[in-house]
Amino acid sequence: MNPRYRPLAATTLIFIVAYGLCIAQYPAMWSTRVLGNFLTDNAFLGIAAVGATFVIISGGIDLSVGAVVGLAGVLSAVLITTLGLHPLAAFAIVLVVAASFGAGMGAAIHFLRVPPFIVTLAGMFMARGVASILTQDSIPIDHEFYRTISGLYYRLPGGGRLSAIGLLMLLVFLVGGLIAHKTRFGSYVYAIGGNQTSAALMGVPVGLTTIGIYALGSFLGGLAGIVYSLYTSSGYPLAAVGMELDAIAAVVIGGTLLTGGYGFIFGTLIGVMLQGLVQTYIVFDGTLSSWWTKIAIGLLLFMFILLQKLVFSAQGRRPRMQKAPA
Amino acid sequence: MATAEGVVLEARGITKTFGNHTALKGVDISLRRGEVHALLGENGAGKSTLIKILTGAYTPDAGVISLDGQPVSFATPQQAQALGIGTVYQEVNLLPNMTVSDNLFIGRQPSAFGLVNRSATDDLARKVLSQYGLDIDVRAELSTYSVAIQQIVAIARAVELSGKVLILDEPTASLDRHEVDKLFEIIRTLKSRGLAIVFITHFLDQVFELSDRVTVLRNGFRIGSEPVAALDRTGLVRMMLGKDLVHHHNGPVEGEPDGGDLLMSVRQLGLTGSVQPLDLDIRKGEVVGVAGLLGSGRTEMARLMFGIDVADSGALHIDGESRVVRSAREAVSLGFGFCPEDRKADGIFGDLSVRENIVIAMQARLGWFRALNRDEQLEIAGNFIEALDIRTASAELPVKLLSGGNQQKVILARWLATDPRFLILDEPTRGIDVGAHAEIVRMISRLREDGLALVVISSELDEIVSYSSRVVVMRDRALVAELHGADITPARIVQAIAGQGVEGAA
Amino acid sequence: MKRLHLSDIARPQLLALACILLLNWLVFPGFFTVTWQDGRLFGSLIDVINRGAPVAILAVGMTAIIATRGVDLSVGAVMAVAGAVAATAAVVGQPLIVTLLGALLVGLACGLWNGALVAFLGMQPFVATLVLMVAGRGLAQLITEGSIVTFSDPALIFVGTGSLLGLPMPAVIALVLMIAAHLVMRRTAMGLFVEAIGTNRSAASYTGLRTRTVILTLYAFGGLCAALAGVIAAADIRGADANNAGLWLELDAILAVVIGGTSLMGGRFSIPMSVLGAVIIQAMNTGILVSGLPPEFNLIVKASVIILILVMQSDRIGELVSRRFARLKLRGKS
Repeated sequence: MNPRYRPLAATTLIFIVAYGLCIAQYPAMWSTRVLGNFLTDNAFLGIAAVGATFVIISGGIDLSVGAVVGLAGVLSAVLITTLGLHPLAAFAIVLVVAASFGAGMGAAIHFLRVPPFIVTLAGMFMARGVASILTQDSIPIDHEFYRTISGLYYRLPGGGRLSAIGLLMLLVFLVGGLIAHKTRFGSYVYAIGGNQTSAALMGVPVGLTTIGIYALGSFLGGLAGIVYSLYTSSGYPLAAVGMELDAIAAVVIGGTLLTGGYGFIFGTLIGVMLQGLVQTYIVFDGTLSSWWTKIAIGLLLFMFILLQKLVFSAQGRRPRMQKAPA
Repeated sequence: MATAEGVVLEARGITKTFGNHTALKGVDISLRRGEVHALLGENGAGKSTLIKILTGAYTPDAGVISLDGQPVSFATPQQAQALGIGTVYQEVNLLPNMTVSDNLFIGRQPSAFGLVNRSATDDLARKVLSQYGLDIDVRAELSTYSVAIQQIVAIARAVELSGKVLILDEPTASLDRHEVDKLFEIIRTLKSRGLAIVFITHFLDQVFELSDRVTVLRNGFRIGSEPVAALDRTGLVRMMLGKDLVHHHNGPVEGEPDGGDLLMSVRQLGLTGSVQPLDLDIRKGEVVGVAGLLGSGRTEMARLMFGIDVADSGALHIDGESRVVRSAREAVSLGFGFCPEDRKADGIFGDLSVRENIVIAMQARLGWFRALNRDEQLEIAGNFIEALDIRTASAELPVKLLSGGNQQKVILARWLATDPRFLILDEPTRGIDVGAHAEIVRMISRLREDGLALVVISSELDEIVSYSSRVVVMRDRALVAELHGADITPARIVQAIAGQGVEGAA
Repeated sequence: MKRLHLSDIARPQLLALACILLLNWLVFPGFFTVTWQDGRLFGSLIDVINRGAPVAILAVGMTAIIATRGVDLSVGAVMAVAGAVAATAAVVGQPLIVTLLGALLVGLACGLWNGALVAFLGMQPFVATLVLMVAGRGLAQLITEGSIVTFSDPALIFVGTGSLLGLPMPAVIALVLMIAAHLVMRRTAMGLFVEAIGTNRSAASYTGLRTRTVILTLYAFGGLCAALAGVIAAADIRGADANNAGLWLELDAILAVVIGGTSLMGGRFSIPMSVLGAVIIQAMNTGILVSGLPPEFNLIVKASVIILILVMQSDRIGELVSRRFARLKLRGKS
């Protein structure tokens, strides 16, 4: 097996084993009901994490995702509840705003040549600030369309519900996978993450791609915000605080190299599911508290960063060792 | 020069200046269809600059480039590529994290409805590579293959995209003999297809084996372009090192040859893939000159002695102890100093002041707590600025504003401040002006007289001959000769480097 | 010592601070009014230095880290952990010295962890410190067992709300720490080593510097500063709030350092200037507060300041305009 798949294989294995152990302890966890809730409860995180995967594969980082989720939710709420727009029109506006926001960050990163973390940090402040100025409080969304969408689900055998937003997340993963592995844009993302100088020499449009990557990241952040507003039927400026860290953790646990160049959209799904599993386990257990989630995720994150370090530094050394004396 | 026929690419009077340093001065080169043209020169000769101009990475300040008789200019490598000039850089500039077929076709993948047709891309890739006799899994990541295969993929890509001129920048640097043979076979095939191939290497054997013509650059000038058949090894080395063998300059250093007390013995010191185990005695009050072409292992030897790289065989015997230096820090504590070849990357602290640059090694040795106060620092810096005649408006000037020669003196001052007993200077006079050059050469002699032991690596034979008490010659990562006394002449060094008629090898 | 020149006083940061204070005074005429009451000073100005103290303390630790081209994203989370430790210790009746020592030791351990990952495992700083940024708040909650632990130990509360010589305790602590750190950096060779490593790490190791040890020390000190800030924040609200203590303060600290003139690309640094940066940030906060704008407006102002500084620090702007094809960064070996 290609050693680069090891982190992904490890994640998959850990997920299966962990799920197996959970079921052994709480057989009730083996049901389509739990699985369905997995998808619904983590839909917004999953969608945002797909965007984060692209950003991280390109060697960047986006700390603004959580704030964009919050802003998108608030903006939806304002447009629908306060201004009385139809949700679909509101969604279109929100997505365009989010994508342009990301494009702006991408442009700053490329043209100012500053580390992405500082630019997206400014983006995070900006998005939270704008959201908080729009409203300080949670704005409820009470619209026919919202009720319809929230109520939509497909009944799985065994009584579980595959909700519309859960389905949307799976769709986003599917489309994300297609973009990453089946389009030129996708290959450019990997190329930039591999070696930006080489990529430029080989004719990859680095600037446009960078702008595109962050636009995509924020677009999906916006979509995640819409989903979050559907999930909670409201828009709140402080929604999803710190979610960018969960998204980054999901991406890394899913086998994507934090320094860029390698990664899998599918792996991120497992990363999200693994986080969901930890949460679900804690709920089932009842005695454990929710903070264990963060500790567990931090621990997993550390393990995977270390694993990548080992796998990739061993790899990196190989070609140099071939340099035999003449 | 009479044959204008068959010329694909011609460059005339190419000049390029960076700041106050002129890298190329009116260089001409012409490439013919179906020839392998070796481009030779030491570091700083202007090879890379010329290549970058020919491939559009730099624009020349003066000069004309014409392709198939038409004057051309290109602002980016892509433009040069589109006109037919492809390049394979030394550190294979591809994407190790992507598949072989991605590397060949990125941005040009056959696609439909916005989706890339992977299997069609892979088929194309296989077809392209089969022309090079390569039957590999094109879906595997490039990094899973050896450097040799990566090299061939890079060549295939460059030829696919350009097709008239192929520039190979040190393609054999990290290949073994078998891989080199394979690569040469491919180059010959491409040559027979009518490509003009520029071949940069520092292995002389390979020049004679593969090339039709040679152009030699030195200090930004073209020394000459000759058919390989008209040259022998010694002649070629002479062109590269600029040694007029008729003259016999300021003979070997007088004084007590081999007479000083032994400072240390290097015994079987080596690192696999870097330097073959070598023996060397270093005495107090002598300069051991190290001669050898680029890539001969001369810098690597210095790095081993100073602990930048850690030897995997042998040891240093010093102070009655046998030890392997594991870090620069350890070397410094033994009283060693090292002026590295790449001043900017490994030597100076550009934004820090001359004062700080001078005291830093001494302070590092003292530790963080026993700080030199500002007055002490100013005094030390002032002393060295005066003693070494460092030209700076003030000790507080950022060192990056100084000229190359003065920066070199600052680094030298940094080590002298630590009161060392052994100094390694790697190309101490490269890229500095004539005046500073002479001063540094004088300084080396003065330090030797003061009883210091020095190892000086240099491509300037005149220079080596003028200050060395002994000269060791490196070739193919091994120490191949040691010259004493009357044998220390440019002619003998050139012979030893060329590998002809060497007696008294170590 | 160096003499003070006019150019030292007329630094842009001081001008910026003066402008902000002036603006604050325009919207709130009582801004400069300082009164003496119950043995301590009161007034908006005093409030600025009091509220700015935690970020100033974080900035003291962050400055040298950034000067080595690093960053510590975990300081906010470490604040929460240290606050939790201090609160828990105070609740069970430990004396102040034990409480403080416990919290500081935990912060030191966090810093050592970060430093070890960066210096010895060679991780990128933001990656290495991300781990603790994610897990830290969980650890804090583990210590407080998920609730907000409130305490009433007067000695601990004094650290956050008391006053010394009329000045609020947090400001006194920040000031003392700043001076101490500045002296350690400038009176020993530490500052020189840090700047050397930040300017050219390769040359630093060729020179025989213990680059790894220095980097480890800086992250450890950063953790210590974060813990101190965490104790103050907890003492201020008389409780440890694992979720909100130090939230986003890592960003404020980075911003303070950058406003203070230390480049994210490493090299020269100044701890007092970073503290000044923290004061500028707090002056903006306070200004927005007194002008009646929603406090959230702050975030937008901060974002704009970051963007402005990035644009100003970027020497690429001119290059982009003058050379359209400067995109390929090919280093000339000539």
